[in-house]
Amino acid sequence: MNPSFSANPLTDLHQLLAYPFMVNALQAGTIVAVIAALVGWFVVLRRESFVCHTLSVMSFPGASGAALVGLPLASGYFVFAVGGALAIAFGSRVRARRSLAQESAVVGTVGAVALALGYLFLSLYGGILESLETLLFGSFVGITRGQVQTLLIVAIVAAAVLAAVGRPLFYASVDERAARADGVPVRALSVVFLILLALAVAAIAQIVGVLLTFALLVAPAATAQLLTTRLRLSLALAVALAVAETWAALTVSYFTNVAMGFAVTTIALAIYACARGARKLRG
Amino acid sequence: MSAAVSLRGAAVARGDATVWSGVDVELQAGDFVGILGPNGAGKSTFLEVLLGLQPLQAGSASVLGSPPGERRDRIGYLPQRRSFDESVRVRGRDLVALGLDGTRWGTPLPGAFGRRRAAARARIDAVIAEVGAGAYASRPIGECSGGEQQRLLIAQALARSPQLLLLDEPLDSLDLPNQASVSALIQRLCREDGITVALVAHDVNPLLTYLDRVIYFARGHAVSGTPAEVITTETLSALYGSGVEVLRRSDGRLVVVGQPDMPAHHGHDH
Repeated sequence: MNPSFSANPLTDLHQLLAYPFMVNALQAGTIVAVIAALVGWFVVLRRESFVCHTLSVMSFPGASGAALVGLPLASGYFVFAVGGALAIAFGSRVRARRSLAQESAVVGTVGAVALALGYLFLSLYGGILESLETLLFGSFVGITRGQVQTLLIVAIVAAAVLAAVGRPLFYASVDERAARADGVPVRALSVVFLILLALAVAAIAQIVGVLLTFALLVAPAATAQLLTTRLRLSLALAVALAVAETWAALTVSYFTNVAMGFAVTTIALAIYACARGARKLRG
Repeated sequence: MSAAVSLRGAAVARGDATVWSGVDVELQAGDFVGILGPNGAGKSTFLEVLLGLQPLQAGSASVLGSPPGERRDRIGYLPQRRSFDESVRVRGRDLVALGLDGTRWGTPLPGAFGRRRAAARARIDAVIAEVGAGAYASRPIGECSGGEQQRLLIAQALARSPQLLLLDEPLDSLDLPNQASVSALIQRLCREDGITVALVAHDVNPLLTYLDRVIYFARGHAVSGTPAEVITTETLSALYGSGVEVLRRSDGRLVVVGQPDMPAHHGHDH
């Protein structure tokens, strides 16, 4: 049966859920969207988009390295993303006072090393890595039950840690000087957050691809923060947007064969642009 | 009456360089004290010593009757030069709330309307009203003017009902009317709530009519006293060890001329 989009939403839903792989994709997508929005909300506050991008690039050596040694690709994603986070955390710690310029130099270097390593592993591996395009731009086909379960566990752990450090992390993110003087362990929190970010990015990259994690991580949170300044409402809105955008992208991707990463990026950025436009109009 | 802060023979070093030494000062409870001196003289370091963030190399210090750092919950602190640009989409009152409970672990859940929560909300409303920020506390802080942001940050420092308030250049980057009104606000907190205030400033003029005492740091030493005692040609020349002249302009403003290690003006033009 070739799926074809119809005017009847019930028929469409029936078609969407007809294959187990699609059920897996919807479950994985939902889990990933929730954790992406929660972590992304802090990324926007902390202005760490560049770090996000670098950490998602870590998935490239992660996947090719895992293929090389014959492990599941997902494990490579997580190991390399967390490794990258630690490299950034301790690389920018070398000097006593961290400077923004120095930090971005470290982040850029880690990103370059990641790409080089990825290519090295790929050539050592010799074979063709499932599909490089899938790796870079995402695919929802072939997500296994095991993968869904792993994503769920990672998401629950990440959300629990985030809940435990939420308020001081917010303090350190929005008002670092005051937080530091107030005894908040700013340095330790930023390492913890980098690791959470690595986990989220590795999870997202499995669905939307290495290059487009930005779409789910930053866009929904940035949209939500544009639309409201009430903290809890804005967090909830970010989650709702990310989940809705993921479902819409999966649906589009299923019925049209457009790559998942492209669909989610387009939808998320369109909604962000609308939110900006709406704010401009309101003044 | 006991001193809120007292330093005896205190010395501080950063790396190998001594910032200041042999400093004996006392802040009486309820005093409004200006911390003055040229850039790099160790004014902010003085506040860091009181907070327990900077250890003394020699001498002793007592803050609210304890060693520095132990009564942190009774000290409000406003760090130097903070401002929020338009992209910060956080309401002023949420920032004020961080001064009350920002260090507590966990994340407050929606719909948790406990007694503690109600008390916290009442306290936040009270400090916002106290600094006169009610009209804009619910706006994103990035959209507030410099003076509005500074009032909200003072409210944040006041949230835990401190006995001692340490303000690092709160008048910096404010225009003249705002410098005057923020100075008046701080004096009112001092008089009405009996809070001891130590305020770092690079220009004494907007504060001159409000201050009870000044501590003047220069060349690794400090002198303290009333503004009329300290900001004189004789006292400052002795402190600097060179010819410094204090001039009173026709509008009543003081100008310190000839300070060796900072721009010639003690005024506004930097």
